[in-house]
Amino acid sequence: MLVVSKEWSESRQTEVSNSHNGFIKKAMVIGGGIAGISASIDLGNGGYEVVLVEKLPSIGGRMLQLSETFPTLDCAQCTLTPKTVETGQHPLIKLLTYSEVDRVEGRAGDFRVKIRRKAAYVDWEKCTGCGLCQQKCPSKNPSEFDRAMGLEKAIYTLSPQAVPNKPVINPNHCRYFQEQKCKVCQKICPVGAIDYEQQDRFVEERVGAIVTAVGFDLIPVKSFGEYGYGEVPDVIDGLAFERLNSASGPTTGEIRRPSDGKIPKEVVFIQCTGSRDPERYMPYCSRVCCMYTGKHARLYKHKVHDGQAYIFYMDIRSTGKGYEEFIQQGMEEEGILYLRGRVSRIFRERDKVIVWGVDTLTGKKVEVSADMVVLATAMIPQKDTKELAGKLGIKADEYGFLTEAQRKLRPVETDIEGIFIAGCAQGPKDIADAVAHANAAASKVQGLFAKH
Amino acid sequence: MRYACLRVGRRYAFLELVMDYLYFPGCTLYTKAKNFDQTARNCSLLLGFELKELKNWTCCGATFPLATDNIMALLPPSRILATAREEGTVLTTLCAVCFNVIKRTNRLIQGDGEKRDKINNFIEKNYQGDLQILHYLEILKQDIGFPQLREKVKKPLEGLLAAPYYGCMLLRPFKEMGFDDKEKPTLFEEFLEALGAKAIEFPYKIECCGSFQSVGSPDVATECAYKILGSAIQNGAEAMVSTCPMCTFNIDHKQSDIKQKHLDFKPIPVFYFTQLLGIAMGLDYRTLGFEQNAVDPLPLLSEKGFL
Repeated sequence: MLVVSKEWSESRQTEVSNSHNGFIKKAMVIGGGIAGISASIDLGNGGYEVVLVEKLPSIGGRMLQLSETFPTLDCAQCTLTPKTVETGQHPLIKLLTYSEVDRVEGRAGDFRVKIRRKAAYVDWEKCTGCGLCQQKCPSKNPSEFDRAMGLEKAIYTLSPQAVPNKPVINPNHCRYFQEQKCKVCQKICPVGAIDYEQQDRFVEERVGAIVTAVGFDLIPVKSFGEYGYGEVPDVIDGLAFERLNSASGPTTGEIRRPSDGKIPKEVVFIQCTGSRDPERYMPYCSRVCCMYTGKHARLYKHKVHDGQAYIFYMDIRSTGKGYEEFIQQGMEEEGILYLRGRVSRIFRERDKVIVWGVDTLTGKKVEVSADMVVLATAMIPQKDTKELAGKLGIKADEYGFLTEAQRKLRPVETDIEGIFIAGCAQGPKDIADAVAHANAAASKVQGLFAKH
Repeated sequence: MRYACLRVGRRYAFLELVMDYLYFPGCTLYTKAKNFDQTARNCSLLLGFELKELKNWTCCGATFPLATDNIMALLPPSRILATAREEGTVLTTLCAVCFNVIKRTNRLIQGDGEKRDKINNFIEKNYQGDLQILHYLEILKQDIGFPQLREKVKKPLEGLLAAPYYGCMLLRPFKEMGFDDKEKPTLFEEFLEALGAKAIEFPYKIECCGSFQSVGSPDVATECAYKILGSAIQNGAEAMVSTCPMCTFNIDHKQSDIKQKHLDFKPIPVFYFTQLLGIAMGLDYRTLGFEQNAVDPLPLLSEKGFL
């Protein structure tokens, strides 16, 4: 981390605003996932000011939801937290969390970005992050961060290591907003930070370049009729399995199925759920599912030694450094049963989940009476990516992924000078690729700034 | 104004008829599934429409050809469609297999100009594929409406746990049939609830009954039927409801075979949906053709107090 004194940073700020020919050498990064964080740190360490805009209350993005990462099986939070902390403490990085880009005007060197800061109903200036309000809040609701498996208070932070560690109130769940009573958090707050009257407010930032790293989402499990339309409780998606497996998740890292909390002894993993299916869902390959399904099965075997993991696959795409070895190790040493074929139907029978599939290598129909099913659902863009692309004046493809200027030789630039893209907003990527993409975007921004 | 005369309960009723539907019964409905045909006709009178039988109809062909260039197999349904178009714009069927063959042929004639010309040359007609093919259940839903049907029910089937069995022919292929949701249809359930019965959800409701395997390899069909019935019973069903004479043959008439193979199997009656409709509409049970059902439904019906 670059160590700079506050004074230096302030003097630098004036220097920047008096930049050459009105070209502002300050960047905005939209999206605080691993790609946005990596780009911000690069730019900050390069000596440029960065405004990092994140729509959730804290940064970290999807990676914060993961348990371990392939192919090294190291803990996602352990590798990510130093990065989020560095971002939070960086003198040149200004965090605007719980904020969304509202309007963008101008051109490279002088973008004026209007940002909506959503009402947190907590005065973050006063808040010390003590967490008392979250302990005492009486309203418990399914947590979106835990894929609706854990409970979340109406006043919450995304994780205990949240950066910034400031809570927000969800008015849809808060008893005060719904029933005009309670106010427990206001009473308990030692510094009087709770402010039910807070409104959304708008701030304007002037920057010279923008990196868009708004990330991805997963196609909802309820899109799959053949897999029960999301109505079978023990059919979950990959991110939900990550949460089950995560020490900070709803089961504190024990693999327990959502319906009754039992440890599943037979788990079926289904790859390419919604990917590579041009007739019904997404025609593209989501690129990470082969690897993370292999990882899931291995992690499952590490925790439930007498359990059996089945993986239904179309083919294994393990094209990365150390990836193929990782898959082979799972097959040979950990006894994971790979079945080449698709699953036609999943339904619940008593407390079991019945999986009907086919093994195309033996030509036999397979019926597994499983305890839990994990669907490796397709990666799709965040639902407002297209809208954001419209605001920025850049292109998005038919699915909503942002389009780069040139597929091979200009992978991080867009058609608009000064606007760059990074990470899964451009297309499905694993963490290593997303970070490399973000590093590239940051270096492009620095190149642009250095030119002026 | 037209009227029909029908015995309802102990009296004869004069029923006002609002409209007609051109109706293709199909061969089975004149033989093995007479009860299906008769109850459908009587119920429609009670609901204010008449099933007007198509003139000079023939067999529908019984299967839609799997080979795309097989024009011969498409001729019988095409001829039916062409004659029907001379008489009206909507054609309705009851049998799920006929519905499947006719609807798919219609769609093919609509969309494939080359095949259309070839077929028209063969049958010496000029049919453009502009008929609307409706299943009886679709008429009940779209034209009558389930809320309205509920109002017309005289004897609600309260307490009857019925498993709606769709089979494949109503639904598949999904793109061509467009009958209801492809993986989890609910039309049949809505119908049963309108009659006051409780629809049982069971995973095998859209699985194949074994179809023509009951001729060539009867064991396969019996096993299919056992799985379907077993799953429905396990989920609490007291009776099955079917839309298809083929399915009914496999899941009703084959129950004696199942019982020989699986000693713990307890037979349950299988109704055509129109038979249940008839009971609910107050028709005399002796006119509903229960003597053609393989598993006698009368004990269940009298136990429930529907007779």
